[in-house]
Amino acid sequence: MSTAPALAETVAAPAPRRRGRLLLPILLFGLLALAPLAVSLGMPSGWLALLTRAMIFAIAALSLDLILGVGGLVSFGHAAFLGIGAYVTGIMITEGQAEALLILPVVLGICALFAAITGAICLRTRGVTFIMITLAFGQMVYFLAQALSAYGGDDGLTLYAKSTIAGLDLFSTRTGFFYCVLAALAGCYALVRILVASRFGRILRAARENPVRVSVTGFDVTRIRLVAYVISGMVAGIAGFFLANHTDFVSPAFMSWQRSGELIFMAVLGGVGSLHGAIIGAIAYLIAEDGLSHLTEHWRVIFGPLIILFVLFTRGGIVGMLRKLGGGGGA
Amino acid sequence: MKQPVLTLESVRKSFGALKVTDDVSLSVAPGELHALIGPNGAGKTTLVHQISGMLKPDSGAIRFRGEDISALTPEKRARRGLARTFQITSTIASLSVLENVALGVQAKVAHPLSLFRNAARDAALNRPALAALEAVGLADRAEVPAGRLSHGEKRALELAMALALEPAAILLDEPLAGVGREEGERLIELLSSLKGRYAMLLVEHDMAAVFALADKVSVLVYGRVIASGEPAAVRADPAVREAYLGEEG
Ligand SMILES: Nc1ncnc2c1ncn2[C@@H]1O[C@H](COP(=O)(O)OP(=O)(O)OP(=O)(O)O)[C@@H](O)[C@H]1O
Ligand SMILES: [Mg+2]
Repeated sequence: MSTAPALAETVAAPAPRRRGRLLLPILLFGLLALAPLAVSLGMPSGWLALLTRAMIFAIAALSLDLILGVGGLVSFGHAAFLGIGAYVTGIMITEGQAEALLILPVVLGICALFAAITGAICLRTRGVTFIMITLAFGQMVYFLAQALSAYGGDDGLTLYAKSTIAGLDLFSTRTGFFYCVLAALAGCYALVRILVASRFGRILRAARENPVRVSVTGFDVTRIRLVAYVISGMVAGIAGFFLANHTDFVSPAFMSWQRSGELIFMAVLGGVGSLHGAIIGAIAYLIAEDGLSHLTEHWRVIFGPLIILFVLFTRGGIVGMLRKLGGGGGA
Repeated sequence: MKQPVLTLESVRKSFGALKVTDDVSLSVAPGELHALIGPNGAGKTTLVHQISGMLKPDSGAIRFRGEDISALTPEKRARRGLARTFQITSTIASLSVLENVALGVQAKVAHPLSLFRNAARDAALNRPALAALEAVGLADRAEVPAGRLSHGEKRALELAMALALEPAAILLDEPLAGVGREEGERLIELLSSLKGRYAMLLVEHDMAAVFALADKVSVLVYGRVIASGEPAAVRADPAVREAYLGEEG
């Protein structure tokens, strides 16, 4: 018994496995941080805007992965949070309030409220019903945005200013904005990773696999999922804030069901449940979309089946494939 | 006479026209091992589901440590100290053996759902979990994903998961089902080592195990308790022999 504590600690955290898990995210963020350098060395500058956009969607896909990959809840209305974040930002900027330190708390608050209310209803259901109800709530927000005639209605809302952070004009240059988005992405990634590894996260993971076991072990599965849903919605709202600042425009299309579907695609493409998979998936998705849309107008017809084939054949998405290449199939 | 830990009073449950639980009353005293036997489809699992809160009885009361728990959710019953295992093993396959047991420990510690405290390196979780694994003889398998255990090891793991809750009572739904002779013997030994420390309701088909372990036996047939009492008396009961034990020779 005297060796128990020492054993317990070593037993739970095998060092090599932990190091392996950090390699890919460090590589990923390192490469992203160098991207502006590549542009100054001759990459077309449109590339930086594309990467910025990809990282914004990566924040949203990452937030989705928390409930989809980690929690096992297939939400088909996640773009609603992206849209709410973008609209709150757009409306506040239009009303003359561009300060991020004021906008972000409002974004987080409204997303949390919306997630808490809709989540409490959605989470009473399971499986296909859950998918349909999240879809319905997503469409509700979509139609609400269309009806906002004071803020552009169907046509959307053009923004004539960008946000400042504590008064600083960090978003006015491409590189400045790029690094702000990268910092936000890294922060959200770290936060979600800590959550997943926490006591809370372990119960969330366990409940994905066996909710009955978790409930007879003394945990309220619905409440735990609701907390995850709220956090996920808030993080997606942050992505919306950046999206509005990136496009200088917000429109109901931000929260269409197709957008929600794309977010699922990104997470699945990268490999669900690994978190950095969602980031890689979002970047790969947007780069592929960009490339294919230059080739043909009907790129969606090619792209959809391509992704499905890829996911079917790799099982575990891009991250799963990399893991197989790197670790000989292990862990 | 000690106050029973668990008492069922006239519990009834029907699935349509099928009475699966028909006016069942029974009690388990502290430290007592009460075996519930009966033919396939008698309603044993359904009864365990009702006690653990996964199914709602149509009528009747379930008392646990003096409190009527009939209206409580499974998680609330677990938190009050009512643990259970499943006829079909129920673990978290992708989590390690230690992590599975730590789930139960987590239900008992302060801040069980902390958002930021890392769970894997948490000695407050791992130490008691390892102790529970040692109690069931699985300590050397702590790192293995639960899905890779042998069937008998999974059964032992489920027991450790129940013990981690520091329960007052444990409901065991056929802990020996599908287990080979050797592993079965080890499990019986394990159960007998737990005897006296927990109130246990044991559903089991293995008669040798039942009569070796039980302080009290109740026989369930078509949802009704047709006999209840000392093992020897139940074994001798002609109605029991006819309805159930007779088949076994
Ligand atoms: N959800 C349900 N709906 C309808 N009938 C059910 C349901 N669950 C169980 N039953 C029926 O209730 C009866 C009792 O089932 P139960 O699983 O409780 O039996 P058991 O005594 O545990 O049997 P075994 O020894 O095979 O495990 C069976 O006839 C079964 O088919
Ligand atoms: Mg059964």
